[in-house]
Amino acid sequence: MPKNPDIKKVLVIGSGPIIIGQAAEFDYAGTQACRSLKEEGIEVVLLNSNPATIMTDKDIADRVYIEPLTVEVVEQLILKERPDSVLPTLGGQAGLNLAMELEEAGFLKENNVRLIGTTALTIKKAEDREMFKETMEKIGEPVAPSEIVEDVETGLAVAAKIGYPVVLRPAYTLGGSGGGIAENADQCREILENGLRLSRVGQVLVERCIAGWKEIEYEVMRDGAGNVITVCNMENIDPVGVHTGDSIVVAPSQTLGDKEYQMLRTSALKIITELGITGGCNVQYALHPESFEYCVIEVNPRVSRSSALASKATGYPIAKVAAKIALGYTLDEIKNAVTKKTYASFEPMLDYVVVKMPRLPFDKFISASHTLGTQMKATGEVMSICTNFEGALMKAIRSLEQHVDCLRSYDYSGLSDDKLVEELKKVDDRRIWIIAEALRRGYSYDMLNEITKIDRWFIDKLAILTEMEQALCDAGTGLSVDLLREAKRIEFPDNVIARLTGLTQEAVKKMRYENGIRAVYKMVDTCAAEFAAETPYYYSCFGGENEADGTTDRKKVLVLGSGPIRIGQGIEFDFCSVHSTWAFEREGYETVIINNNPETVSTDFDIADKLYFEPLTPEDVESIVDVEKPDGAVVQFGGQTAIKLTEALMKMGVPILGTAAEDVDAAEDRELFDRILEQCGIPRPKGHTVFTAEEAKKAANELGYPVLVRPSYVLGGQGMQIAISDADIDEFIGIINQIAQEHPILVDKYIMGKEIEVDAICDGTDILIPGIMEHIERTGIHSGDSISVYPARSISEGSRRTIVDYTEKLARALHVKGMINIQFIVDGEDVYIIEVNPRSSRTVPYISKVTGIPIVPLATQIICGHTIRELGYTPGLQREADYFAIKMPVFSFEKIRGADISLGPEMKSTGECLGIARSFNEALYKAFQGAGIKLPKYKNMIITVRDSDKEEMADIAARFAALGYRIFSTGGTARCLNAHGVRAIPVPKIEQESPNILDLILGHEIDLVIDIPAQGAERSHDGFVIRRNAIETGVTVLTAVDTARALATSMENRAKELTLIDIAEI
Amino acid sequence: MKAYLILEDGTVFPGVSIGSEREVISEIVFNTSMTGYLEVLTDPSYAGQAVVMTYPLIGNYGICRDDMESKRAWPDGYIVRELSRIPSNFRSGDTIQHFLKEQDIPGISGIDTRALTKILREKGTMNGMITTKLPDDLTEATERIRAYSVRGVVLKTTTKEPYVLVPENPGNTVSKGTRTGENGAQPAPPASVFDPTSGLGLRVALMDYGAKSNIGESLAARGCEVTVWPADTPAETVLAKRPDGIMLSNGPGDPAENTEIIKEVKKFYDSDVPIFAICLGHQLMALATGAKTYKLKYGHRGGNHPVKDLATGRVYITSQNHGYAVDTESLDPDVAAPAFVNVNDGTNEGLSYKGKNIFTVQYHPEACPGPQDSGYLFDRFIRMMKEGR
Repeated sequence: MPKNPDIKKVLVIGSGPIIIGQAAEFDYAGTQACRSLKEEGIEVVLLNSNPATIMTDKDIADRVYIEPLTVEVVEQLILKERPDSVLPTLGGQAGLNLAMELEEAGFLKENNVRLIGTTALTIKKAEDREMFKETMEKIGEPVAPSEIVEDVETGLAVAAKIGYPVVLRPAYTLGGSGGGIAENADQCREILENGLRLSRVGQVLVERCIAGWKEIEYEVMRDGAGNVITVCNMENIDPVGVHTGDSIVVAPSQTLGDKEYQMLRTSALKIITELGITGGCNVQYALHPESFEYCVIEVNPRVSRSSALASKATGYPIAKVAAKIALGYTLDEIKNAVTKKTYASFEPMLDYVVVKMPRLPFDKFISASHTLGTQMKATGEVMSICTNFEGALMKAIRSLEQHVDCLRSYDYSGLSDDKLVEELKKVDDRRIWIIAEALRRGYSYDMLNEITKIDRWFIDKLAILTEMEQALCDAGTGLSVDLLREAKRIEFPDNVIARLTGLTQEAVKKMRYENGIRAVYKMVDTCAAEFAAETPYYYSCFGGENEADGTTDRKKVLVLGSGPIRIGQGIEFDFCSVHSTWAFEREGYETVIINNNPETVSTDFDIADKLYFEPLTPEDVESIVDVEKPDGAVVQFGGQTAIKLTEALMKMGVPILGTAAEDVDAAEDRELFDRILEQCGIPRPKGHTVFTAEEAKKAANELGYPVLVRPSYVLGGQGMQIAISDADIDEFIGIINQIAQEHPILVDKYIMGKEIEVDAICDGTDILIPGIMEHIERTGIHSGDSISVYPARSISEGSRRTIVDYTEKLARALHVKGMINIQFIVDGEDVYIIEVNPRSSRTVPYISKVTGIPIVPLATQIICGHTIRELGYTPGLQREADYFAIKMPVFSFEKIRGADISLGPEMKSTGECLGIARSFNEALYKAFQGAGIKLPKYKNMIITVRDSDKEEMADIAARFAALGYRIFSTGGTARCLNAHGVRAIPVPKIEQESPNILDLILGHEIDLVIDIPAQGAERSHDGFVIRRNAIETGVTVLTAVDTARALATSMENRAKELTLIDIAEI
Repeated sequence: MKAYLILEDGTVFPGVSIGSEREVISEIVFNTSMTGYLEVLTDPSYAGQAVVMTYPLIGNYGICRDDMESKRAWPDGYIVRELSRIPSNFRSGDTIQHFLKEQDIPGISGIDTRALTKILREKGTMNGMITTKLPDDLTEATERIRAYSVRGVVLKTTTKEPYVLVPENPGNTVSKGTRTGENGAQPAPPASVFDPTSGLGLRVALMDYGAKSNIGESLAARGCEVTVWPADTPAETVLAKRPDGIMLSNGPGDPAENTEIIKEVKKFYDSDVPIFAICLGHQLMALATGAKTYKLKYGHRGGNHPVKDLATGRVYITSQNHGYAVDTESLDPDVAAPAFVNVNDGTNEGLSYKGKNIFTVQYHPEACPGPQDSGYLFDRFIRMMKEGR
């Protein structure tokens, strides 16, 4: 079937800010789809509130709107742009929900816009629990016994009927938000109350618990003619009970025979056919480990995190093919982009094993529970490929960048046997390490399988790894070549072999090279070598033929990616890596990307000339360097992951393109950097470099509290805290030392002021500053968690000049070639430097888009030897835009039980959205809307404020009161507000009798909590409980005075009609 | 023990011996299925060949003897990257290591199967030797290897005596791997004579040219009474039993080699009994009616080949195992027309015969291993037989 000629202009809806359960995979899918549509001559209108995405670039879509993802905005946009079609299945659940709302309201029909890709009925059949169940029953596909309930009492009755444990799943939520397994009526009540509120339609499914069964997924595709294929199946190593996003997943399935494999495959095809999906779909199964019994758990009628993983695991571009299907093509008309000989109507065959591991955020949320359940907690993931499972797992472990490189990275040898068994029963992120310890103690596979329900096959693979550890220990320095070869075959890195044998890492490497034990590269070709493939997508293994050919007649650059998405290093760095790669290509370079994140655009095989899907450790990179022999490497676009590899690359003899390694070092090394600042006459808050708590306390007392304590060489302010006492210092340094730190600790005087951020490009002589950004929140809150305003509006002309002057001086002094990011504090007319990063930063995508200056391509061209002037730009601070662009952080606190949500110097947000408008107020309103803060609902709020901020809060409270809010406060705050003429209703504190403040929150009539906690470690337990309860019941919580003020401003300026700005026209 | 795979072009892959340690020379072919190694090992079409599995991990779920496609393993040799140390599956009754030994199949593991597959893809299917002793004179060995050809394999694999498969579990269209257990269990739809796809009361003659058992079982499961005949049974003997339909099975080797059988197939063609043929059966029918077959460069072996039904335009993912194909140029347009085509390389995947109740496919609707999507062809055959009555 050829393309439908009636489709000419398509609106693609993106997924909005990155949150847990909806991450970069939708940027990957959306970008691929937009490119696929444009290839067909379709005019693409893109809507996404997330400025850090690649899809929101003007070269990806024709018209780009970075606006809030609300029904009002989409309606307005459709009326403005008049697309003939909407493609809703590529923007995750957010995009899908939006499209459904419009369809249900009849708006699309009224305006002659059709949904392409999949019909509303199909979406409903897959997503509405009752309709889904009916559909499955109709075609004889089993689902676990279940019932939908709309109130708690019915839910409890149903649970009693089905029998505990039961699984509770709210309808229409992301990543299983609000769901869980209830073992008894009390737990059931708690989860139900929460889930009913979070569900868009107020429904929760109560279901038979099939925890412990094998969890298997199929990615299937169907075209308009009814042709169906499966792209891939995947097996979760963690059985049913852990969200697949938090599970270790292997592709293809390993423990299923052909009978089980085909049984589920046939079922998946039956389901996609019955649902009538045109495009991609994900079907999740629970398969009984001891029989052929199975249940369909869930169907996602759209591209998903799993489909992104399946695309990367197989080389089959699901989103691209789904977009073509939406236009009317059939699978046999779409070329296989990998082989370029065959068609999309085939099923990929793998001749390797893929392992995915989740990147969990527990290093950021020390207080949070590590337990994994049906609600996803991972912020990102890594994928690895090898010809054996053990090797793929080892590669995945070291790709995580969590200070782990083998199954000994966490030491449980000190646990008693009883304690170990207890630990084995816990389902958390350390499970494979605990199993490894049990294997070392000789626990039987049967026992481990009994406790964990993890298949014996996987347990045996872990045993092979622990046996190798032991063999290496036993061999010691007498390591034989055969053992070394076997250790490398299952991907033991040299440093681990060195640690276990007692040899030096250099000696291990030397022994390898002397015996020809070197990594070889195999191609991911979708067809297990049956056809010659043209797409250079590689993975490493040891032993066999090397398929990667490093020879080229062009100059070659290595672009280092940024690894898994984590708090502090998100999708922005993928944006930078991809744009840099494209710019190098335009400069005539052959480009080689190394990355390990399956969710990203950078790991799409048609971005660079070559893609190596590999861990980003020095050894893994060196093996690639040996084959590719690049002319240089660029590290300034891949975040801290890439920067950390600078030294290793230099040792390999790979020139660092752009800012030299020693200058990168100078910016990070306290002493060197202080010297530079002194030479330039630039002040910074006074501070000291220390190694111990004692030294830190001495430094702090000399500087005077409060002080900022942080480890050097970290991301997103990890471990950074404001200390107000010696006791705080002891606690913070203890925490810092838990995370293995080889680098010193910095103690700085904490200055309260405005925070200003600048990204600049320097060609060695001239400096180009696209714009100055100002944070709404004062210093003390991490820049990634602050609301950022461009252009800066409240600093004086004098300060602005100083900032430009300091930026220029610093860029020159650090010999920057390429990007630099600087953060300043402005206190009155005083400007201090607080941080310098000689690399691309989090704000680069945002500032590029709102200034229209292609910062990353420019920086790349400069790295290649061009100058700012030659590229047609006038150096210096660029003319300010005549509109405001506000970047708003977005958090995923409700997903992480036990995490403290109060903001501070350590970054906690997972994503961001943009509000852009002619006026500051409208931009602010849009930003809050985009972040999903849609107030007021009930017009009841709680305010509790630390003493120092009470006065300031009175004024803000008055504004909320004027907006019609009823204000509830505990003791001191209530008195203060009333004294300032703001009516506040006093409520008892948590420990006081009911009804107290907690009851108020749990009563579901509060829509906003403003809770400003005191600084330092001694934060009140009450505040923590209030904030957690509020977040988990879906209440908006703000923890900074400035944010609260901004929200008041936003609400005072609610606009019915928004002005939509096409970014592509900037 | 060390083992070596020596190809006729002189390439040597060192590895580790698995299964039998005896030396063997055979034709080396590769299969890309990710599951179903036991079905592959017991598929008689591999007689005279040694199979390379492109999927690197073999033996993960052990040996479930119910899944065997014939009574024994047929390949001359078995070539893998890695055998699983333990099997893990609730139905597993044995390890693949033991099974290969028991079946006396020589094999080799620990080799770069991808590199080997690429050689076969580029240079075409070739012969090779699996041995535990590296020959002193490689030239002499490669000459011996080159001299090998697959011969007489149909008569080697076919049943010696006719036998009957009684309809056992009518209505259950997937005869193996049916779901059991209390909750997932799906009641099989009752097969009644009024159901158009029910084969109850139909008698099928299955010509065993090296048949996979699920061909007969697929028919039996639909209610047919299936009589399985040795490959060299004279057509008259079969026709004398007045079957409602004749099923020509898959099988090994070069189709054109079977000159005597082809003569009998021509008699089936002339008989007006409805005929459905799979793989070798499809090729034999083409040869019997004057068309030609040719050897593909490296064949189709796996479970992911897209086949287009030319009548409907629909594409099906199929299970395949063949080294030869029908040359559509040689078809007499008055006799047969292409009905199915391979989407990847355009080779013929099925024929429909003009004025006859005969249709034939190159691929494997009986699956095992591989996709079950083409099972509907058995239903079509049943309808054809009913209409032919």
